[in-house]
Formats: sequence, C-alpha cells, structure tokens
Amino acid sequence: MSVPEQAEPPGEEPELTRWRGTATDPEADRSRAEESTPEAVARLRRLSRTLLADLLRPHRRRLGAAVGLLLAQNAAAMAGPYLVMIGIDRAIAPLRAGDARPLVAVAGAFAAAAVTEYVARRGFLALSARIGQAVLLDLRRRVFGHFLRLSVGFHERYTSGRMVSRLTSDLDSIAELVDGGIDSLVLAALSILSVAAILLWLDLPLAAVTLFAFPFLFWLSRWFARASASAYRRTREAIALVIVHFVESMRGIRAVQAFRREPRNQRIFVALGDDYRQASLHAFRLIATYSPAIKLIGNVTVAVVLCYGGWRVLGGQTEVGVLAAFLLYLRRFFEPMQELSQFYNSLQSATAALEKLAGVLDERPAVAQPARPVPLPTGAGRGEVVFGAVSFGYRADTPILSGVELTVPAGQTVALIGPTGAGKSTVAKLVARFHDPDSGTVRLDGIDLRAVGDADLRRAVVLVTQENHLFSGTVAENIRFGRPGADDAAVQAAARAIGAHEFITALPDGYATQVHRRGGRLSAGQRQLVAFARAFLADPTVLILDEATSSLDVPTERLVQRALGTILRDRTALVIAHRLSTVETADRVLVLDGGRVVEDGPPAVLAEADGRYAALRRQWRESLV
Amino acid sequence: MLVESDGDPAARVAAGPHPVHNLWRLRRYLRPYAAQFAWLLVAGLAGTAAGIAVPLVVQRVVDGPVARRDPAGLLQLGALALLLGVAEAVLIFIRRWVQSSSAIGMEAALRADVYAHLQRLSTGFHDRWQSGQLLSRITSDLSVIRRFLSFGVFFLVLNLTTYLVVVLLLIHLHPALGLLVAASAVPLLLISRRFGRHYHAASRRMQDQQGDVATLVEETAQGLRTMKAYGRGPELAARFTGGARTLHDTGVRKGRLLANTAGLLDLVPNLTLGVVLVAGAAAAARGVLTIGELVAFASLQLMLIWPVQSLGWIIANGQEAATAADRIQEVLDTRPQIVDSPGALALPREAVHGRLHFERVAFRYPGTAAPVLDGVDLTIEPGETLALVGATGSGKSTLLSLVPRLHEVTGGRITLDGHDLRELRLDSLRRLVGVAFEEPTLFSMSVRENLTLGRPDAGDDEVRAALALAQADFAYDLPWGLATRVGEQGLSLSGGQRQRLALARAVLGRPALLVLDDPLSALDVHTEALVEAALRRVLRNSTALLVVHRPSTIALADRVALLDGGRIAAIGRHSELLATVPAYRALLAAEPPVGQPPPSGAASTASPAATSDGRGLVRS
Repeated sequence: MSVPEQAEPPGEEPELTRWRGTATDPEADRSRAEESTPEAVARLRRLSRTLLADLLRPHRRRLGAAVGLLLAQNAAAMAGPYLVMIGIDRAIAPLRAGDARPLVAVAGAFAAAAVTEYVARRGFLALSARIGQAVLLDLRRRVFGHFLRLSVGFHERYTSGRMVSRLTSDLDSIAELVDGGIDSLVLAALSILSVAAILLWLDLPLAAVTLFAFPFLFWLSRWFARASASAYRRTREAIALVIVHFVESMRGIRAVQAFRREPRNQRIFVALGDDYRQASLHAFRLIATYSPAIKLIGNVTVAVVLCYGGWRVLGGQTEVGVLAAFLLYLRRFFEPMQELSQFYNSLQSATAALEKLAGVLDERPAVAQPARPVPLPTGAGRGEVVFGAVSFGYRADTPILSGVELTVPAGQTVALIGPTGAGKSTVAKLVARFHDPDSGTVRLDGIDLRAVGDADLRRAVVLVTQENHLFSGTVAENIRFGRPGADDAAVQAAARAIGAHEFITALPDGYATQVHRRGGRLSAGQRQLVAFARAFLADPTVLILDEATSSLDVPTERLVQRALGTILRDRTALVIAHRLSTVETADRVLVLDGGRVVEDGPPAVLAEADGRYAALRRQWRESLV
Repeated sequence: MLVESDGDPAARVAAGPHPVHNLWRLRRYLRPYAAQFAWLLVAGLAGTAAGIAVPLVVQRVVDGPVARRDPAGLLQLGALALLLGVAEAVLIFIRRWVQSSSAIGMEAALRADVYAHLQRLSTGFHDRWQSGQLLSRITSDLSVIRRFLSFGVFFLVLNLTTYLVVVLLLIHLHPALGLLVAASAVPLLLISRRFGRHYHAASRRMQDQQGDVATLVEETAQGLRTMKAYGRGPELAARFTGGARTLHDTGVRKGRLLANTAGLLDLVPNLTLGVVLVAGAAAAARGVLTIGELVAFASLQLMLIWPVQSLGWIIANGQEAATAADRIQEVLDTRPQIVDSPGALALPREAVHGRLHFERVAFRYPGTAAPVLDGVDLTIEPGETLALVGATGSGKSTLLSLVPRLHEVTGGRITLDGHDLRELRLDSLRRLVGVAFEEPTLFSMSVRENLTLGRPDAGDDEVRAALALAQADFAYDLPWGLATRVGEQGLSLSGGQRQRLALARAVLGRPALLVLDDPLSALDVHTEALVEAALRRVLRNSTALLVVHRPSTIALADRVALLDGGRIAAIGRHSELLATVPAYRALLAAEPPVGQPPPSGAASTASPAATSDGRGLVRS
C-alpha cells in the first residue's frame, strides 16, 4: 500500500522545505492569529478569554443550574468514604451489641447519596451538552459570518486552506472537549478542593502530612501547563500545513497526475506529516511524564499516610475508620488529577483552537460596512461612476493606480485595455468595492462607496470575472444566485437572453442538473454562460465584465455580445477584454498603462489617432487570418 | 440526511459485513508496533498489579501492626507500600512513553497511505468527491482511530484484566460479597451494549454531517469572490447555519445518550459498595471478616469503578473508530480506474515518432446516459499540429484529457505509434505528454517547483528555455526570482501570467506530445503574438493537439478538426474548411467588422448575416 520510498539524492535534504519557495510578504504566511511573539500570545489569550465569556453569557442561568448539579454530584460522591468511616467506627460495635439501627442509617444514607449522584450527574451531563452545543453553534456561526465579512484582500492573504482549517479542524477540537471532558475537568478541580477540606476536618495532623504534597503538585502542574501550551500550539500549526497541502493537491489532482507529481507530493506530504508527528510526540511525551509523576506523588503520600496514620491509631490519637476514610479520599484526590491529564490534551487543543478563532474574530474588516449607510438614489438614469484622485496598491511599496481621475456617465459602456499589470482588474475591483482605495474616492451616483450598505451596493454593482465559480447545487440554483427570489420563468428568461438555454436543456436533467464539484461536468464556456445568466438575472445598474468572455467560442461570444447590446443599453458597463471585437462596440475606450489613463476616447476616434490603441488594433487585425 | 449531501454518491455506502470489520482490517498498521504493544501490555499489567497490591498491604497494616500494636511491623509494611507505589509510577511512565510513539506513528503511516491512494484515484473519482469529505477523513477520522487503536484497545484489555483480578481477589476475601460484586457487572454490560448501539448510529451521523459542513466551508472559501460580488453572504450564512444546527441537534442527542448511560454506570457500583459496606459490617460484627479485610474490600471495590466507567467511553470511542474506519476504507477500497495493465510498456522519448491515432473513440461520464464522444476517428502525424474546434460544450477538453489518460476511453482506442495507450505505463505516457489545462493550476510553492512539477531534476537551462518560450521571463523579476512562492498562499499573479507559467510547464523538456487547451485565451494581443511565434518553433518537433477558440490561434495549426455531435465532422486546412463547411464558418469566422454597431434584439442563433460579414474579413 505504501508508495515505495524513492531515495532522495544526498544533499537534497533541505529540498523538502525549499519547495514552498519564499513568500513575498513573510506576514502573508501568518495572520495576527498566528503570530508567536510573547505579547501576541498574551493578547490572544486575553482575546480568547473574552470570547469565551461572551459566548457563555447568554447561558448564565443554565450554567448556574449546571454548577448546582455539579456541586450536588460532588457532595454525594464525597459522602462515600465518610460513610465507610462511620460504618467501621460507629456501626460495627453497636451491631455486635445487637443494635442494627446505626448500620441501617448508614445504608440509607449510602443509598441516598448514590441516587443523588446518579440524578445530578445525569442532569449535569445533559445540561452541559446542551450548553456546549449551543456555544459551539454560536461560535461556528460567528466565525463563518465574520469570514464572510472580511475583505477579499484579507482572504487573499489568509487563503482558503487556512479558513477551512479554522472552521473544521479547530472547531472540531473544541467540539471534542465539549463532547467529553468538561465534567471531568470541573469535577476534578472541585473534588480536589473538597477532599482537602474534608481531610483537614477529619484529622488535622494527618491532613498536614498530606498537604505536604501540595507544593510539588502545584509546581509540576504549572510546568506541565506551560510546556504543553506551546507544544499544542506547535501541533496546530503543523496540522494546518498538512491540511493546506492536502487540500491543494486534491483540488489540483489533474495537474498532479498529468505531470506525474505523485511521488514528490508523497514525499512532501510524508515530511509535513512527520513534522506533525514530531510535534504531537513532544506533546504526548509531556503527558507521559506528567501523569506518572502525579501518580508517584500520590503513591508516596499514601505510603506516608499509612505509616503515620497507623502510628496515630497505635497511639490511640485517631480511629481505624478515619485511616480507612483517609486512604479512600486520597484516591479521590489523585485520581481526578490523572484523568485531568488525559483531558488536558483535548483542553490544550481546544484552547489553542479557541485562540486562533479569537484572532480571526479580532480581524477588523478592511472593507468595513458603513455604520450609517447612505441609500443610493433610485430611479432611471442612474449608475454614474466617478474616480476622484484614486491611488491604490496591494502592497504599500508597489502602487498599482496613482491618482486616477475618471468619470463614467450613467449608461455608458467603457472598455478598459492595456498591458498585463496596467491595473485594469484593479479598477474593476475598486468599483465592486473588493478593496477601498488607499487615497481618493470611488463614487457611485455621487455617493462614496464606503458609505453605501452592502446589500444596496451589490444590487447596484455586479462583477463578472473569468473565475465563474459555480456552487454545488443545480444549474437553476446557480443562476438564481444572482437574484434569490427569482422564479423559474425569470431564471429561464435570463438563460435565454444570454443564449445559455439551449445547452442547459440539453443537459441530463435540464435546469435541475447538479453541477457537482466546482462545476466539474460543465465546460469552461458553459460555466461562463451560466455566470452571465446569473449576472443578467441580478439586473445591476453597473455591470463590470473582467475577461468574462475569454472561454467562449466565437458564435457564443457573438450571441452574448448581442445580448449585451440590449442589456448594456440602459446601464453603466466597464468591460475588460483582450479581444478588440468587444472593445469596438463600446462607447468609449480607456487605455491604461502604469496605473494611469493614457488614452481616452471613442474607439473610432482613437483608431484614427496614432496612439497605443491604434497600434494594438492594427496588430489585432493582422492576427485575424 | 444520507441522501441529501449532493455530489458524493459513493460516500455513504454500507459498512462492512460486521460493524468492526473495517476497523479490524486496519490491524496491519499496528503490526510494526507488535513488540512495543507487548511491552506496553506487560508494563500496564505489572503497574496495575502493583496498584492492586496496595489495598492488600493496607489490610495487613490494619489487621497486623495496628491491631497488634507493632510499630516495627508498621514501618516494614509502609516501606513495602512505598516500593509498590514507586514501581507503579515507573511502570506507568514506561507504558505511556512507549504508547505515544506507536500511536502517532500508526496514524502517520495510515495518513500517508490514504494520501497515496487518493493520488492514484482517477480524476473521475475526484470529480465526484468533495475535498472537504476527503479532508475530514484524513484529519478527524484518523485521530479517532488513533485514539482507539492506541488507548482504547489497550485500556479495554487492561481494564478487563483489572476487573477480573480484582473480582477474583474479592471472591477470595469474601465469596458471597465477591460474587455480588461480580454479578453487578451484568447490568453494567447490558447498559454499555445498548449505549454502544445507539451511539454508533449517532456518531456516524455526526461524522457525515461534519463532512457536509466542511464541504460547505470549502466551497464558500473557493467561491468567496463570487459570493462577495453578488453580496450573497446572508444566504450562505443561512445555509451554513442550517448545517451547523443539524450538527448541534445531533450533538445534543449524543450528549443525552451519554448522560443517561454515564449516570447509570456510576449508580450501579455505588449501590454495590453500599451493599458491600452493610453486609461487610455485619460480617465484621460476627467476626467472619476482619476490619482490615473490610477496608481492603472497600478500596478494591472502588478500584473497579474506573474500569467500568471507562468501558462506556471505550465503547463509544470504539464505535466512532469503527465508523471512521468505514469511511476510510470507503476510500481505500475504491479501486483506481486508470492503472498500468500487466506487462505495460515504457516508451523512451527517443523511440517515439509521435503518430497519435484515435479509433472510434467513445467517452461517457459515469452515471450519465449520453456519451460526450461517440466514434471519434482522427490521426495526427508525427510533428503535426492539429487544432480542435467545436462549439462550447462539444467535448474538446474531454477529448484532450483522454491523451494523458486522465479519463479512460469507454469505447474504441487511442494509439501512439501503434501502441494502445492502455498498453503503455502511465508514468511513461505522462512523461511523453505535456499538458496545459484551460484553467492554469498553480500550487502554493515556488515558481520553479510549479514548473518542474513532476521533474524535480530539470536543469536551469531547460527551465529558462521553457519560460522564454512562454514569454514568462517575468518570473525572473519576481522578488525572489524562481524561488518566489506563487499560488494561493503566495504572490498572486494575473490570469495571463498564470497561463504563461502553465504553458511553460507544458513545454518544459520538449515532450513528444503537446496537449494544450486554449493556451492563449488570457493573453493580450501583443503577448499572444510573441508566444505564438515561439510556440511555432516548438511545435515543429512535437505532435500537438490544441483546443482553439480564436481564429488568430489557428494559424499555429497545420490542420483543423471540427468536433460536433461527439465525432469529427470535418477536417482539413483552415482555409478549406472556411470555404466548404458552413458549421465551421459559423464557429470561426472573424468578429464583426469595425464600426458596425452591434446588432440588437433577441437572438437565438448566429444569424447568416453575421457569418457572411465575418467572411468578408477573412482575406489577409
């Protein structure tokens, strides 16, 4: 089953780390949630505590009830050894004398304690499951919703792999803690405290000997908590790399197979898996040290109590029953600490995961929603787009647009052309408000886009790119994505208008055909048509087409263009296309270069001038063999 | 629920013949650790024995030195207890230390195997399975199995042994009470079994639902820009909430199941202890049992609580592991459809002339009725470049994917120099074929690594030549040159840049066959002309099959084939086809002439007027 190991040539050891290449922006690899300076770690811890408190707040009353049940359970559980003591010291002697009443009383108390413990435990577990699941639901929704609110820029930096890992693996590790462990954690702390109190009350000198173990326990636990916190943080980071590599290679499986990448991928995957293995091993070994160390302290304490307690019984300072109770209580004292180390694993993973989620929730959307959105003016003849001294760059040191001034009157169709990297797509993204300009403003009908509410903006402006993402679901559902309330007739009308109706009805289930994983069974051209129908159905005031027809064959593109002729007549359009056929039908052409508009005018006029457009056009005409 | 999750038809097949059948099949991953496991068991049992011995020492203390007032004997027994205690701790340390390495090693091996298998499965499989479902298998499912095979199984053995030994000791101390304690195991087992059955169903449901949520998350992450462009955040959030709420409901139900059982698993031993105490006190009063024996009895009986309680957890964990094993075996049991046939040939590059021949080739996607390709006959001579033209959705890309055998023909055959492609070794075939897909896939790694995907041994000169050919020299000007990370987690490149890198990847090392799917669609006119000129030189040495949408790119081809209705409808030189085949003319005649306003009004097909207008342009 395992792939044969292909020996790596000597000296290629670092190759397994070099393959990733150097990220242009070292911070691109991390978000604020993944920084590891001490201040950042402390900040995240604070954030995650606040988040936890915030998540639990709505459940205060249920939480109170749960704590009550837990206290009852603990008290009932603590009664056991005490009743054993009473039984030995107070019931056996009267029984010998023929008086069974003390024993009956002890038996009754024992039964009552057992039943109380049962009822309380059952109630607590059911209640804590409900609280835990409600908190998880809340957390899932918050994180998902927040991811949706964060800007496109954030997501380009953060990457989809990391977002998936936050919402699956991190949330799962919190779910794991909720599913089994919370009660052990709380109960352990509770029983340690109550056992200590009972011991002190039963026999002070004997308890003092026991309490001698405390500093050791405290020191050991503090060491463990610190060491394992950093160990688990490392495992979370290691598994995230495994996940990213896995998701990418599954998504690009065609390229992987076509280029025989499998063996190398396998080596990389094994190496990443090995990193994760090392990190987990380190974490596990911490437990492997901590847990027996606790046991050792416990056992030594038992031996000491046995000697000293036995000596005190010898001297008549205490009774046999007390010694028995002591030994039974000591078991209840150290055993929960053992269990605690079992669950500490889940606790640490969950804590680390919660810190990452808190970090995500702390990211402020770079493209923020206005606090008081200004409604866009409604009515006919809307859709004027104005760039006022707009400068923008994805990174501070490389400006893409500098001081762009541009007015597109309502209803005008503008074609943007220019060499790769001239900033055409950036103009498109700024109008769609995927980013905000670094300086200057983009205005729609006189209103700064920063002041327009998202729902309003998306109704008015739609951007179609060559990406054409189709969501799983039917073809009809994907078209309806443009306007969720649309009925079937409207969906079909949109498809007809764009010329997609024919191919859709020829699909196995027509409009009800499932597009499957990222539109696996539709060709690139068909996906583009569906995306067009979607945009048509959305019926925006401003339509932006960024290379939206690049995968269409000529007749289909012509069809789409003819449809666009009608569609674009009463709306503003920004069209980016390499094919000049599209450009020539525009009202106006803008030639961009180096982040500036270098030519501006109707295509027919620019064609006559001796500029870049004319040169490009000549070249294009020659290419039409 | 099982049917609802779309696009993943094979995901929910029935489990094996027995609930733990699939889990049992994973035992070979434990085999390398058999010796360790034996040590583990020895250390575990010895540690438990030391633990059990302590209450017996206590009994001696109470009945011996304490009763006889013998301080020296007390010290001796105390030393014994100390010795036993230290031994127990050391043994636990050994056990845990060994346990951790074997558990994690097993998980890593299984994960690597699942990944290797997934890489072997054909694209058809990956089209059907969402990567979210696959991801949840190599993360959550694997850690569930790891927990069970390392800790679960071990504690099952250890705890059952502890239970048995302690019960035997109890019977030895006081037969009637011992038997009573032994009998209390019966209700515990019944409770555990019932719990296991219900929990199995619930955990399977939960794992599937987690996979569904993961899929939705992944899809949202992928379609984020589209979601933003239409402002559909609220709708997607509602869909997500639906999935999360289902998870919540299942979680609550699972919690209730646990609550009901865990409480009972406490109640039974506690009531038993009560009976032991009362009957034991009575026996002590009658002098049948010493006080020391009673104390030992009670402590020993308390030792039984953890093994019994943990039984519930272990069973739950085991059920989850069985489910997880089912889900993993579903993947591992899927046979790769496209594999080397026995005695497959390896063709060296020098021995290849490059005559590619399609013979009545048919292809149908699994689960669909209508074939995409239905009797394609086509021959491409060595060194020839053939352009494939056809309407949107006519199956051009599908046809291309058959050459590197990303999909397998469902009828007819494809031969290279007379060898059926299925008789060639996959590795050898794919080494001969250079591919560029319509969507240029770049991975999050260095430019160089992206270019040399399957050929880490490629030299700098080869890389430089390929980049020059694809007009992708911009790669050298990136901040770290070819070491710059691109792809999702690296520098973002424009569509044109990505396409040029993908083209460079395809031509790297001058493959014998070039299969390019619309390789220049995202390039601007200027760059396109440069790439074309360079490509023309390469194409002279390779047999090439191109999918083309633009008249401009057709100039690269020696001949053009028109794909229509699943077969080759016409083949010939561009000018011949333009003159004689109306369907071809409709597809490829140049764009409408300059200055003519776009014809308006609803249009259902390309009108003849447009076609003739287009032909007017075809002269130069």
